[in-house]
Amino acid sequence: MSWIFIPFKIIGSYTHRFIRELGKMTCFIISSLFWMLFPPYLLQRIIKQINFVGVKTTPVIVLTGSFTGMVLALQTYYALVKFGAEASLGPVVALSLIRELGPVISALMVTGCAGSALTAEIGIMRITEQIDALDAMALNPYKYLIVPNILAGILSLPLLNAIFVVLGVFGGYAISVGLMDLSSGTYFQGIRDFIKTQDILEGLYKSLSFGFLITWISCYKGYYTRYGAEGVSKATIQSVVLSSVLILIWDYFMTSIMIL
Amino acid sequence: MKKFDVEIVVGIFVFVGVLCLIFISAKLGKIDLIGGHYYPVKAVFSTVKGLKKNTEVEIAGVSVGKVDTIKLIDYEAVVSLSILDDVKLQDDAIASIRTKGLLGEKYVEITPGGSDKLLQPGDTLHETEPPIDLEKLIGNFVFGKVKE
Repeated sequence: MSWIFIPFKIIGSYTHRFIRELGKMTCFIISSLFWMLFPPYLLQRIIKQINFVGVKTTPVIVLTGSFTGMVLALQTYYALVKFGAEASLGPVVALSLIRELGPVISALMVTGCAGSALTAEIGIMRITEQIDALDAMALNPYKYLIVPNILAGILSLPLLNAIFVVLGVFGGYAISVGLMDLSSGTYFQGIRDFIKTQDILEGLYKSLSFGFLITWISCYKGYYTRYGAEGVSKATIQSVVLSSVLILIWDYFMTSIMIL
Repeated sequence: MKKFDVEIVVGIFVFVGVLCLIFISAKLGKIDLIGGHYYPVKAVFSTVKGLKKNTEVEIAGVSVGKVDTIKLIDYEAVVSLSILDDVKLQDDAIASIRTKGLLGEKYVEITPGGSDKLLQPGDTLHETEPPIDLEKLIGNFVFGKVKE
């Protein structure tokens, strides 16, 4: 008799676990945002975390940005030259960088560079009971650990995105003007004619929300680490996978909201 | 060797990032930080098929303003244009809707007139030319009506 219920039991337990996780994540972010409002504002901690999230990721952003722009120009050139439309190479490169590739790739790089490290750091603090120690000293762990990270993420991501886009545009410029003999005026004037304020704002909103998302998930996964060293590795994997997947999914919804 | 001060490094990072943001919005986008002064002029077209808001208005290929609004009044399309203050238009100037390239976007081209009377802000251009209907032309060509 009871074997009939086994599949339902499995489905039910997964659903239950999923909803519990969602609730925990929501409670986590609400209490972080709540503590964000009250002083003391730990400016030193925020600067340290901007150094960690933003500055340490900059070399990777510089490399990926310029090479993304270069390969984009190269690929698009071969597609456009068949229609004799090489003149629109600049707008294609700049538009895809500003609207899509800049925010998404810079967010993925931050996930890999800083998000994983954040989870591991907070996770190790959890399993070595340093977070409990903070609690015992009446230092609010949300205020001390989580809030500076989230603020640093929200501040750093748009800046990293901007660096990425500018380098990508110049990478594409180097390829199309240096290699493909396109005139430099065509490249930049095309960009000026096509890019609208709304495109730039869309990229900006995207990277702001990604910064929030990455730091939220990384801190959450680290904060609820369990089971020793193995738990830390598990939490790190989960945080990187979940952040990357959510970035791409959220990117779709952001785009569809902004376009409609 | 002393390590760099964290605050200085972060300061440089923020500075470079903001510089890139400004570059994107001012150089790549067309955000006018100062902004010129414009005056409104209306133009009545029989059709504005394919014309969109904020497209360019050109005289002799030079951009002199943009399309503000497109409204339907008495079954005619009334387009209001913003023209740069230092560009004066005669009241017999001709506004026509053209296409950039074969498949490009539509824009408004103004051909200056010879009249002494200049248009005041809010006045209407009466001489207009609707866009060339490419589909109709191709249709005429396919069905052999080119010679009329």
